Amino acid sequence: MADRDVSNSGLASSASGQLLPLHRRTLRPRWDVAVAALLVLLVAYGLGTESTFGNTLNVSFLLGNTTTIAIVALPMTLLVAAGEVDLSVGSMAGLSGALMGALWNANWPIQLIIPVCLLVGLAGGLLNGLLVTRLGLPSLAVTIGTLALFRGVAQIVLGANAVSDFPQSYLDFGTGRIGGTAIPDIFVLYLVLLAVAAIVLHATAFGRRLFAIGANPEAAFFAGVRVKRTKLIMFAMTGLVSGGAGVIWALHYTSARYDNATGLELSVIAAVLLGGIDFDGGRGTIGGAVAGVFLLGTVQNLLSLKSVSADSQTIVTGLLLIASVLGPRAGRQIAEAFRRRRARPAAAGSP
Amino acid sequence: MSVSTRLMAAASGAAVAALLLSACSGTTKSSNAAANSAAPSGSANANANAASKTGLTVAYLPKQVNNPYFTISDTGGQKVLQGLGETYKEVGTTSATDTAGQANYVNTLIQQQVNAIVVSAQDQNALCTNLKQAMSDKISVVTYDSDTNPDCRNLFISQASSEALGRTEADQLAGQIGGSGQIAILSAAQTATNQNAWIGFMKDELTAKYPNIQLVKIAYGNDDAQTSYQQTQGLLQSYPNLKGIISPTTVGILAAAQYLDGSSYKGKVKLTGLGTPNQLRKYVKDGTITAFELWDPAKLGALAAYAAVALQSGQITGAQGQTFKAGDMGQYTVGASGVVTLGDPTVFNAANIDQYNF
Amino acid sequence: MSSTSAPSASNTETSNTSGSAASAMRATREGTVPGADTAPRRLVAFIARARQAAILLVLVLLLLATELDNHRFLSNQGIKDLLLDAAILMLVAVGQAVVVITRNVDLSVGSVLGISAFAAGNLLAGGANPVWAVVAAILLGAGFGLVNGLLVSFGQVPALVVTLGMLYVVRGLDSIWVGPREITSQSLPSGFTDFGHGGLGPIPYLALIAVAATVAVAYYLARYRSGREFYAIGSNAQAARLAGIGLRKRVVAAYIFAGALAGLAGALYVARFAYVDATTGGGYELTVISAVVVGGVAMTGGVGTVYGAALGALLLTSINSVLPALNVSSVWEEAIDGSLLLLAIAVDRIVAGRVTSALRERSPHRG
Repeated sequence: MADRDVSNSGLASSASGQLLPLHRRTLRPRWDVAVAALLVLLVAYGLGTESTFGNTLNVSFLLGNTTTIAIVALPMTLLVAAGEVDLSVGSMAGLSGALMGALWNANWPIQLIIPVCLLVGLAGGLLNGLLVTRLGLPSLAVTIGTLALFRGVAQIVLGANAVSDFPQSYLDFGTGRIGGTAIPDIFVLYLVLLAVAAIVLHATAFGRRLFAIGANPEAAFFAGVRVKRTKLIMFAMTGLVSGGAGVIWALHYTSARYDNATGLELSVIAAVLLGGIDFDGGRGTIGGAVAGVFLLGTVQNLLSLKSVSADSQTIVTGLLLIASVLGPRAGRQIAEAFRRRRARPAAAGSP
Repeated sequence: MSVSTRLMAAASGAAVAALLLSACSGTTKSSNAAANSAAPSGSANANANAASKTGLTVAYLPKQVNNPYFTISDTGGQKVLQGLGETYKEVGTTSATDTAGQANYVNTLIQQQVNAIVVSAQDQNALCTNLKQAMSDKISVVTYDSDTNPDCRNLFISQASSEALGRTEADQLAGQIGGSGQIAILSAAQTATNQNAWIGFMKDELTAKYPNIQLVKIAYGNDDAQTSYQQTQGLLQSYPNLKGIISPTTVGILAAAQYLDGSSYKGKVKLTGLGTPNQLRKYVKDGTITAFELWDPAKLGALAAYAAVALQSGQITGAQGQTFKAGDMGQYTVGASGVVTLGDPTVFNAANIDQYNF
Repeated sequence: MSSTSAPSASNTETSNTSGSAASAMRATREGTVPGADTAPRRLVAFIARARQAAILLVLVLLLLATELDNHRFLSNQGIKDLLLDAAILMLVAVGQAVVVITRNVDLSVGSVLGISAFAAGNLLAGGANPVWAVVAAILLGAGFGLVNGLLVSFGQVPALVVTLGMLYVVRGLDSIWVGPREITSQSLPSGFTDFGHGGLGPIPYLALIAVAATVAVAYYLARYRSGREFYAIGSNAQAARLAGIGLRKRVVAAYIFAGALAGLAGALYVARFAYVDATTGGGYELTVISAVVVGGVAMTGGVGTVYGAALGALLLTSINSVLPALNVSSVWEEAIDGSLLLLAIAVDRIVAGRVTSALRERSPHRG
């Protein structure tokens, strides 16, 4: 079935799709490396100037509070690499948390509730994916719709309640750390997912297909990639992971409410974009996304420790975002100029 | 079928299997409830006559910075702290629903080794891990305006007892509409714990004392001007005989007043609730609102400051029955589960509103 | 990604064999001369009109059904409320539509509305002439629009990212400037707030302003060559460039439009709500984009009209008035809003697909 995978979704997303020759691609400055370097510098600066920045407690809070964003950023990276976006992740996490609270109140066993939350996440992701791939709708518009829809359903499901009396062993997992280290338990879960995402994106045919689709859906289609199928899988996975993130959020903050994780989508997208995942699709690395997530988290942590107000932090976040798209392009243009200058004597006659 | 399809099918299959397996024997709310333990209350070894320490750093963490209400409150605390020779600081998120951000700030304050944290919690439970960490680091935790679970803080400074607020608002409106007719409530978010507690007492008061008043609807404006405005419209359209609205939230009462003021319902539909004099002065003067109430937010912040200093100085530990002095505000006693109540709310009307500027 | 900036297609001098086969096809079909009255153009115009008629029909049915259930709904007061609710969203949606037509997006409108509202309120509270306060708000909005436009078109970067960044930057500037201050009705001239809820019979002044702005922008886009160029850019940036259209100039202009209208909306927000603080306008961007999309303006650029966007705004705000009037719990509102948006874009796409395939069958040489 579904061999006629005609890519009409390409209509929506490709005028800017571009395939550059490979040698030019490798010449381009590596933005993800730059972000990672910036993160290292920032951490070094923090350790040097704030005595409490590096202590166990601060590191564990920093990691713990960044983990949900980091987890959702993983499938989002893959999705953006394929040229799509999902704005409904925060609402899906909220819905999953709300459902967890409502079912718990209805006396369901927690061992059953968590798989149900994951399945609901998967279903929501499939809904997004089907609307985008089967109807060829732009993912931005679809996921703004489901952003409202999922949050609305969360509100219907749990209403005014806040649920916090989950089993202690689960709460311990959500809030605890490994022994005396700074590593939160939930961070281990993230590392596992990170390994999976890294392998999928960079070491499998599926990952190469994502990049191919992001770069140019038509070309990918004509090269035999099932564009729609691949995108559908990524939307479904993003929903599934968001559902899981909702469970983790509720456990980490010991509170299941319908408005959990409001605005998570902006944090995730900001981090992914900052990590150099190109919104034109087709470019980016998992490493960049990881660096982006923790760069934003560290900036906020450090600025707070330095008593910089939340207003100024907002501005820094915005400027970082703008720089993240201007930076690589400016770098590319400078590199281009150098290349041209060097190439000029040799290719003087060519137009 | 492609590999990916099979993978998806396998994943779903595994999930379903997990469902079936786990459904047999699991941890449910009722089986878990048995494991719950009672919250520890403050130990009793306080010395009411200990001298107040100076040079303490007390940090205010409101629900939202740049929120006029919290700024008044925190400035009230700042004045007290400076008078006592302590250091004041204020930090917080720019959104009132950024629980993760607020948790981050508690962590920051722990790292900065402040002596006391005065916090208005966005969520009853979400800050608990961090606040307990703070208390174990000898940082005094005082909540104000919005409480956390009692075991996550030393004291809660309550603006007024929920019961007093709920009942007096109901009494206010009942008096204005002559004790009979349909009324509605325009609340904040559905999840707002303060509002829900007050509304509970309003209902109680109405059933007990005003059998001829009918509460027809509770609408939720989500503390958003536009939504509150449209909800007010909807109330008036759905209930043409509506006599009055209670809005126990400053955003809601302001939007409702602005709507009534510009509509044909002005003066015919009574409005009361919680608001600040500066926001509502015009509507009191032009007759849209007869009277509304609020505590003095500056005194709320001030009392929290006194409480924080008393905790740090060992004058109190948060146990019921202990007393502490709050400067010229007098002496306060810690009530059950560590709650200190500021006092009765002030009622504002055309006669007294010009005496207040906040 | 569908909402990437039009100009990003322009930095591909090297190897891009025209992005997509489909858009190349569209370019040849529509011709590169904007405004030429070709058959596809008539078709586009027809679909746009049909689309608007459909929204209008839904709107009328919705209002009548509600009126049948609740006879106060369409009273003078009721009509006034509906129009008043829609006026501000309408203005911002019209500006957003112009940007979306060029295949871009502006996520910063909520922040721009907030800061302009405070600017206007601050001037009014200081005793300034109301006209100057409104003009200042428009200028401030246009200024931020200019920054957006320059970043998007000269930086050649995705509009979504840049304007998301600007959403944060402008909000941060706003909260630093405003701090804990608030503009309340007591500090505003009563003439200005009376204007905010006054009107001619059931028609509020604010709605008249919104309609006037919509008509003016629509007239410009349809009747002026430069106006039609916005569509050409959104349909196919490369073809538009080859046709000699000043791509950057138009994109910057679109953002200035959006910023100025958000600024005007900010000033009117003050008149209407008589209250501004540091959070005014937060989260508005998603409502605005919903209105634009429901109104039939495609995120993929080149399709839709500002009338559609204005109607979309009216429909969205009407639904939020209909639900309380029908006594539907506010708990349901968000879910209904979301479903409506999904329904609108899905129906759009299905109908458009039917029409296109019908057209192809009739004239195979075009397909």
